[in-house]
Amino acid sequence: MKTLRIGSGAGYSGDRIEPAVELAAKGELDYLVFECLAERTIALAQQARLSDPEAGYDPLLRERMERVLPFVAGAGRRLRIITNMGAANPLAAAREVRRIAAELGLHGLRIAAVTGDDVLEVLRAEPSRLLDNGLRVEQLGDRLVSANAYLGAEGIIQALAADADVVITGRVADPSLFLAPQCFEFGWAADDWPRLGRGTLIGHLLECAGQITGGYFSDPGVKEVPDLAHLGFPLAEVDAGGRATITKVVGSGGRVDAATCTEQLLYEVHDPAAYLTPDVTADFQGVSFVEEGVNRVGVQGASGRQRPETLKVSVGYLDGWIGEGQMSYGGPGALARARLAREIVLQRLEIIGVKTEEVRAELIGVDALYGEALSARGQGEPWEVRLRVAARCVERADALRVGNEVETLYTNGPSGGGGASKSVRQVVAVASLLLPRENLTATVHLEERS
Amino acid sequence: MSGLELRAFAHSRTGDKGDTSNISVIAYRVEDYPRLCEWLTAERVADYFAPLLDPAAGPVRRYAIPGVRALNFVLPGILRGGVTRSLALDAHGKSLGSALLDMQWERD
Repeated sequence: MKTLRIGSGAGYSGDRIEPAVELAAKGELDYLVFECLAERTIALAQQARLSDPEAGYDPLLRERMERVLPFVAGAGRRLRIITNMGAANPLAAAREVRRIAAELGLHGLRIAAVTGDDVLEVLRAEPSRLLDNGLRVEQLGDRLVSANAYLGAEGIIQALAADADVVITGRVADPSLFLAPQCFEFGWAADDWPRLGRGTLIGHLLECAGQITGGYFSDPGVKEVPDLAHLGFPLAEVDAGGRATITKVVGSGGRVDAATCTEQLLYEVHDPAAYLTPDVTADFQGVSFVEEGVNRVGVQGASGRQRPETLKVSVGYLDGWIGEGQMSYGGPGALARARLAREIVLQRLEIIGVKTEEVRAELIGVDALYGEALSARGQGEPWEVRLRVAARCVERADALRVGNEVETLYTNGPSGGGGASKSVRQVVAVASLLLPRENLTATVHLEERS
Repeated sequence: MSGLELRAFAHSRTGDKGDTSNISVIAYRVEDYPRLCEWLTAERVADYFAPLLDPAAGPVRRYAIPGVRALNFVLPGILRGGVTRSLALDAHGKSLGSALLDMQWERD
C-alpha cells in the first residue's frame, strides 16, 4: 500500500531554515510544507503591500526557496512544496519563486498561487457585520487593514491536480496545508469526514514543526531533550486510511515520543471533540499514541464529522500605538528601588498629561508574567530587577513619551538604574467574524513553467 | 498536610487563540491519571488563576482526553485582548502552564 511522506519545514515565519533543508535532502519526502502565517502576520503583510504592490509575502520566501528548490527540481523521488508564505500577496510570491528558479537554472517547474481568502471587499460591501470583540466593521472606518478568510484544502488540491510543483497560498487553515496532499494522493472525498478528521490531526501535529520533535518541551531535570541546537523537524508517513507515524530524520536532534506528541495534540485546542477547520469538524477525543521505535510514534483514534457551514475571517485593524520603556536595578535593595522607579514613572505620566488607554507597569523577574498576587509564590529577594512600563495610546506622540519617562530615571530617579531601553510600535489588532461559505471561492493561478 | 508539586507528576503546554488560553496537563504515569482527574477540577484551576481571570469572559472549562492521560483547560479572557493588543510581556500567555505546575497536589 502507498505511503505518503509529508514533512514540516517551518512552524512560524521566522523559523530555522536548515532543518527544512535537512528534511528535503534526507527525508525522502513527497511533500514539504511551510506554515508561516500567524494570526497578525497577514495584516502586517497587507500594510506592506499598500506601500509596494509587489510586496506583502513572507520575508524569508527567497531564502527558503533558494535552499529547497534544487531538491524539487532534482532527479529521483518527486518532491513538491506547499506553503502559505504568499501571505497578503500569493501572486507576487509565485512570480518571485519563478524568478528564483530561473536564477538557479532550474527548468520545468510549475508554480501555482491560490487566492480567494482576501474578503476585504466583501466586508466593505456589507459593513454592518459584527466582530467577536463587539465592534461592527463600519466602526473601524479607515483603520480597517485586512480581512482574510481561512480557506480549506480545496484550492491546494486543485493546484496539485494541475501538476504544480510549488503551491503558494495566502490564509489557509494551518492543518489544511497538510490535509490537501493527503486528499489529492489518496483520492479522499470532500465529505469523507472520518478520513478528513484523521488527516487534519496529522496536519495539526506537524504544523508547528519542531514543537513535536522535542522543541518547546525541555525542562532540565524533568524532561530532557538531546541536541536542541540541531533540532530535527517532523515528518509523517501516512497511509490511505489516514493512519500515520510521526518521526524525524535519523541523526537529527530532539526526540519524538508519546509525551512530545501529546503536548502538541492539545496545543491551541479547546474542545478536543470539535476542532473546527474549513474542511471538517475533527474529533481528537479518542486519540492515542503508540511508540513504534526510537523517535517513531504511531497516531490513531481521530475521527471527524460534517464541516462547519461558516468560515472564520480574521480582520486586521489599526488600534493606536504602544510605547514602552525599561530600566534595570541590581544589588542590595534592587527591588525597593525598582518599585520606587515604577511609582515615579506612573506619577510622571499623569503630571505631563500623557493620554493613555491602558498602562501596565511591572517588574521583570518579580511580577511581570503572573501579576503580583500569583507571583507571591516565588521566594526571596532578587539580585536584579528590570522595570517595564508599557502603555497603549491613541496618538504616537503620547506613546513616545512613555519610554522617554522611563529613560529620564537615569538622572532623575532612584540610584543605580542602568540599561534603559525604549520603543514605540503601531498596534495592528485582530478580531474575527464568520462568513457563509457561498461568499468565498478559492482560485488557482498557474505561472508558466520556469 | 503540605503537597507535592504537580510538576513531579505531570507536564504541560500552553496555547493561545484570541484572548483565550488553553493549558494541557498530562500525567506521566497512567496510574496517576484517575486521581488527577478527580483532584484537578476546573474550579481548582480557576481559583489558582483567579487574580488573572476576567470573570465576564466566562468560566474555565475542562476537557479530558483519557487515551493520552491528559486534561485540557480553557481559560477565556485571561490574555486580556490577546497577543495583538495586550500590553503584557508574555502576550501569548505561554508561561501560564509553568505556573500551573507549581500547584501543590495533596495526594492521599
